[in-house]
Amino acid sequence: MQPYVKVVSRTACAIAVGAALAAPAAAKVEGDKIILGSAISITGKYSQEGKNASDGYNFAVKKINENGGVKVGGKTYKLEVKYYDDESTPARTAQLLERIINQDGIKFVLGPYGSGPTKAAAPVTEKYKIPMVEAEGASRSLFTQNYKYLFAVLSTSDYYLSPVIDLAAELAKKHGKKPSSMKIGMAFENDPFSLDVRQGVVTEAKKYGMKIVVDDKMPRDLSDISATLTKIKALKPDVILFSGHTKGATTATRQMKEMNVSAPIVALTHCESADITGKFNGAAEGILCPTQWAETLKYKDKLFGTAMDYNEAFLKAHSEYKEVPYQVAQGSAAVEVWADAFKRAGSLDPQKLRDALAKTNMETFYGHVQFDKAGKNIGKPMVLRQVQNGKYVVVAPTKYAAEPVVYPRKEAND
Amino acid sequence: MWDNVQILTVAPVFNVQLWLNGLSVGAVFALVAYGLALVWGVTSIKNLAQGDLVMMGGYLGVAFARHGVHPIVAIVPVAAIMFCFGWVLYRLMIRRVIQLDLFTSLLATFGLAITIQQALNLAFGPEVVTLDAGFGQLEMFDAMVSITWIRLIAFAICLLLAGAMVLFLTKSRLGQAIRATAQDPRAARVLGIDTDLVYSLTFSINAAICGAAGVIVGMIWVLQPFYGIAYSVRAFVIVTAAGLGNLPGVILAALGLGVVEQYSGFVLGAQFQQATIVGLLLLILLWRQALLRRHRLALQ
Repeated sequence: MQPYVKVVSRTACAIAVGAALAAPAAAKVEGDKIILGSAISITGKYSQEGKNASDGYNFAVKKINENGGVKVGGKTYKLEVKYYDDESTPARTAQLLERIINQDGIKFVLGPYGSGPTKAAAPVTEKYKIPMVEAEGASRSLFTQNYKYLFAVLSTSDYYLSPVIDLAAELAKKHGKKPSSMKIGMAFENDPFSLDVRQGVVTEAKKYGMKIVVDDKMPRDLSDISATLTKIKALKPDVILFSGHTKGATTATRQMKEMNVSAPIVALTHCESADITGKFNGAAEGILCPTQWAETLKYKDKLFGTAMDYNEAFLKAHSEYKEVPYQVAQGSAAVEVWADAFKRAGSLDPQKLRDALAKTNMETFYGHVQFDKAGKNIGKPMVLRQVQNGKYVVVAPTKYAAEPVVYPRKEAND
Repeated sequence: MWDNVQILTVAPVFNVQLWLNGLSVGAVFALVAYGLALVWGVTSIKNLAQGDLVMMGGYLGVAFARHGVHPIVAIVPVAAIMFCFGWVLYRLMIRRVIQLDLFTSLLATFGLAITIQQALNLAFGPEVVTLDAGFGQLEMFDAMVSITWIRLIAFAICLLLAGAMVLFLTKSRLGQAIRATAQDPRAARVLGIDTDLVYSLTFSINAAICGAAGVIVGMIWVLQPFYGIAYSVRAFVIVTAAGLGNLPGVILAALGLGVVEQYSGFVLGAQFQQATIVGLLLLILLWRQALLRRHRLALQ
């Protein structure tokens, strides 16, 4: 072998071995700190939601550290989150997770924002057998892939509007009608999330024998749903459902008012992020909005106290928020779940932590958390809030209701 | 599907609703497509940032509205600002790619589109915003048909602007210079027309039109930094269908597109709205190809 080739190959070997030894040990635990990693949207179209999620993560991390941190096998650690910006693109999320795991050596992952990025992240964490607790990816399809290292604290998207169908059946019975006599008019955006929401509705409607009279799918760049609304106006369904992210909620609320379209029950997803009460006042009145969490719910834990305590503490710390979006709350819940798993596992070994996460069964201010085999939280329901006098009030399921539902819906004149 | 057709025959009043909505949608697309056709025809730049200029105009409208200016009034200053922005853009960027090949200018305007999107995102945030004109709506046929006043006003504004453009291009010296440059830039230069000035003017006028359209879009639909693409795509479809240099054709095509979208949305469902449009475009192109072929054969 030529001498210089030897030198080159030896140097290369040394660098490779050095890197292999140095990198992973460097960052998963630094001194008395456990580092969690997350690729989250800081720029791009999900930057607002990404901020909500990371604010939630940070708030819980701070609170846990203030309360002494987490005890793992006799030693106490503080938590810290290392963030990367995934620019709201799933492909970038996957790249960054490779980096977090391979280069930074982080073994504990918090999820990105949104179903798309989470879908891109899950195969990576799965490949390296690194557990990920996510709080912002609700797509049903995340939990049909037999992932072993993915855990979600939130309810999946097929439960977003299906409680509306249950409520419709309940109200029909109460008013002496058969549930099967209720007609549904609905439109969903043609994207994985909204179609999951639709699937949940279709399954539930079938259960009650309700008829779906309008079933449109809105393309992603559609900003006008007047054709669909004209059809709904002609067919007069008892229940109107729309789901198409912020744009869908904004467009639906605005155009329903403009075209005088309503029904005894109207429900939308993304009411809060679209700020329909702020933008359209009276036109938003009586609309039902599903939510993962509301501050009036009677959940509590040791760390934050009740949901209302959490709400107040967060608003005090973050004056830029007027109300706490559920994206923030579930972010904090994900960190609590990690802290709980560290304690119970008594180890920093990813495999042991995975097993501990799978056995999670805890009360939080965000609701009960218990994972099924697929890793989704089956411990808490979706709740429905109705816009009443410009405020979101929990009305269903009845067990959690703060006020009775206003039925049939009454709009207000600004 | 036939159920939906039946609704239209049993209750023909819904046809009125579809036509009204379609025409008002089409009028806004007409404006955007009109600007695109102008730039395309004169400078042969295919402006991929067309829709993003629309969004930018809309957001300027939002900025004015936050300072208490009514959106309708804001159209004027927004168009003026966008005109200047177009001028600067031309001087800084478009001018350097105008003589280069198609690919370079496509890349350049694509880059421009991304820059505008991200700048709007940084300045205004990614939330969906709307402008409220607050005019209420007009109801007809026992409230079976309703249309907002703002849509009717927008329709009138779009027609007015388009009419003014036609007059400007045919009657004024500057308009004639623009048309001459579009026909043959070299000949125009020989005859003493400052083609560089004509190009920058054309690009600025387009930006101003987009700005006005943006404010209208904000009053009728929604604004978001990344929604410009929908307007770019439709503008390209309209201009391709109508043919370059056929400005009345662009307006007719845009109005037609609006109405066809409404009908296909009603009868086939919202998921087929765009497929219908693209299908129709394909048919038009095939038909035009056949015409050309016949023409060629006749010449031979």
